[in-house]
Amino acid sequence: MRLLIKNGRVIDPLNKIDETINILVSGGKIEKLAPNITDKADKTIDAKGLIVAPGFVDMHVHLREPGREDKETIASGTRAAARGGFTSVACMPNTEPAIDSPQIVRTVNAIIKKSALCNVFVVGAITAGRAGKKLTDLAGMKREGIVAVSDDGSSVEDSSLMLSALKACKKQSVLLIDHCEDKAMTDKGVINKSFVSTKMGLRCIPRESEYGTVKRDIDLAKKCDARIHIAHVSCKESVDIIRKAKKAGVKVTAETAPHYFSLTDECCVTYDTNTKVNPPLREPEDVEAIKKGLADGTIDAIATDHAPHTDSEKDVEFDFAPFGIIGLETALGLSVLELVDKKVLSWSGLIAKLSSNPAAILGIGRGSLKKGSPADIVIIDPAAKYIYKKESIESKSKNSPFIGWELKGRAVSVLVGGENVMKDGIIER
Amino acid sequence: MKSAIERKTAWTKKDLLGLEYLSREEIEHILYTASSFKEVTTRQIKKVPALRGKTVVNLFYEPSTRTRTSFELAAKRLSADVINIATESSSVKKGETLIDTGRNIEALKIDIIVVRHDCSGAPNILARAVRSSVVNAGDGWHEHPTQALLDMFTLKEKLGRIEGLKVSIIGDIAHSRVARSNMWGLTKLGAKVTVCAPKMLIPDGIERLGVKATTDLDEAIRDADAINVLRMQFERDSAVAFPSKLEYFKEYGITTERLVKCKKEIVVMHPGPINRGIEMSSEVADGKNSVILEQVTNGIAVRMAVLYLVAHAKEGAA
Repeated sequence: MRLLIKNGRVIDPLNKIDETINILVSGGKIEKLAPNITDKADKTIDAKGLIVAPGFVDMHVHLREPGREDKETIASGTRAAARGGFTSVACMPNTEPAIDSPQIVRTVNAIIKKSALCNVFVVGAITAGRAGKKLTDLAGMKREGIVAVSDDGSSVEDSSLMLSALKACKKQSVLLIDHCEDKAMTDKGVINKSFVSTKMGLRCIPRESEYGTVKRDIDLAKKCDARIHIAHVSCKESVDIIRKAKKAGVKVTAETAPHYFSLTDECCVTYDTNTKVNPPLREPEDVEAIKKGLADGTIDAIATDHAPHTDSEKDVEFDFAPFGIIGLETALGLSVLELVDKKVLSWSGLIAKLSSNPAAILGIGRGSLKKGSPADIVIIDPAAKYIYKKESIESKSKNSPFIGWELKGRAVSVLVGGENVMKDGIIER
Repeated sequence: MKSAIERKTAWTKKDLLGLEYLSREEIEHILYTASSFKEVTTRQIKKVPALRGKTVVNLFYEPSTRTRTSFELAAKRLSADVINIATESSSVKKGETLIDTGRNIEALKIDIIVVRHDCSGAPNILARAVRSSVVNAGDGWHEHPTQALLDMFTLKEKLGRIEGLKVSIIGDIAHSRVARSNMWGLTKLGAKVTVCAPKMLIPDGIERLGVKATTDLDEAIRDADAINVLRMQFERDSAVAFPSKLEYFKEYGITTERLVKCKKEIVVMHPGPINRGIEMSSEVADGKNSVILEQVTNGIAVRMAVLYLVAHAKEGAA
């Protein structure tokens, strides 16, 4: 099967391409990129007026399988991914049971093989049961194919255990994705500590609880010359700490989520539990700092922290609702609104944050349209404006604060390994 | 009686969730309506048929005797039927959720749900889920609007006005819904509000509510026309800042010696129940400046006004 994508504006930041050229896909791989391709193709996609880019890579999603298939499954979560233009996702290990042993990695990979619509890379836990007490079998999980480890949802509180984890990751060449939160400081907190929490009378989460741990863990990584990736950066101090560390040569990378550059804690005032996320939505100056960090390269990637929860879990008191919102289907639309239209990032810059950068951090050999690369491609209508509606959500859960928003820019077609999983907005399976 | 209630501005809100959400005119509307109902409570026959055929549920997720009794009396004096439900809130699955409970109550054709809850914002969430009126009887650290309304009603009765008054709120501001509702209400009505507490109990950005914050009690009470002294909850949240009750009384307790240095006719309020010897001495609590029991009496009139207004707003609503 040979597929020709013609007339599109091809943007491939890794290979510094931004021009109207044609792409020929064959055998699941990119065969040729050229202004005029006359080779015979079985199928042609006319991408006139559209952007053709390497498929997006979300390095931080919760697919809930195994254990909480009522919230999401690998099948439903990867449909949501395709809808959002993602061709690869990395799934976090806070499932039930946690993905903390080679056997469970193998089990999850079997489900992925059977039911995933796009590439799913497994992230293993740092500690057994994510309990922060005992390191997991890194080498064994690596053999089963994990791309990183994380205790996401919790920090490794014990500093000496964290240092051991970083050393072990260095030895095994496994990336450590760090959820930074000092739980002792956030005790029962549900919202950012600010005037808004004062007004609402809610227990709060001080910013120190995030950046204090960011600082500690960067220091530990520096000490043992290990790589570290900071998950879901939400506050300005974290951005500053990461920027300084990068300048000093520490091997640190970082991600933020679309809600941290689109919303502030002010939108919590109605006690809508779909504004309850961890780390919490912060203040206007944090949003500005996040945007600046994206623009100057301090923040490498945009990851959604897609966290599905059912309506019945969210339709409760603000204190009782679980943290988290879904994000796969709104990441592009919010990024165009907040980053491209507001001139924080160019289109090429945005695609780097959504594709080539996270792919490089995870080391998964994607995020590129170079000849011979897997044909993971997203075709984007950059000008499409649409209302994000609950009925249109592919994810099993509908917990989004963006329902009813007018978004701009959407994925119209998605190819995973050359297979057209979404075509003109219709998911093929 | 009737003419007093018929004002030019019609009441449009089906719920009373907090004073943050009301305009100055709406707050004045409630206080004005309450003054008519206060007259009813002094009659030989203390009952009017204003809510006959209506049903009020007191849905209390937190133990409360005085607020619940006050709401119950208010509803009964308006001839409404009253049901009391005392329960416990829970994050665990076994219990019915707040919204399910609300919808079940609504299915019983209840007109007004008076809710007390230990989670801030619970009345907001309930009000969105049901068509019945929701009246907040205190939620977490968020708001206790009828308490602030009765405090303002009492102040107005004693001093003739709210506009321009200097009112100091003293005690655990951070964890107090009474403080928050009073700050919203008093500032909207033009009072000059000072809050006074140990530093740990003054929350972030409080000045943005238009109040002054101080840790110095003498400064807070020196020129005050009225003080509202909050209950210190040493058994709960207040202990973080001031582990010792004795120490607190020494630094922040209202005593006769302190009042001597204040305006002679300073009004002393307390939402109750009082911790005698912790936030104020017995002498002050029972003294000539104290209006604590009048607050309790006024609470009924204010709650009658609130129940009456929300019930009728609903009738008029589309």
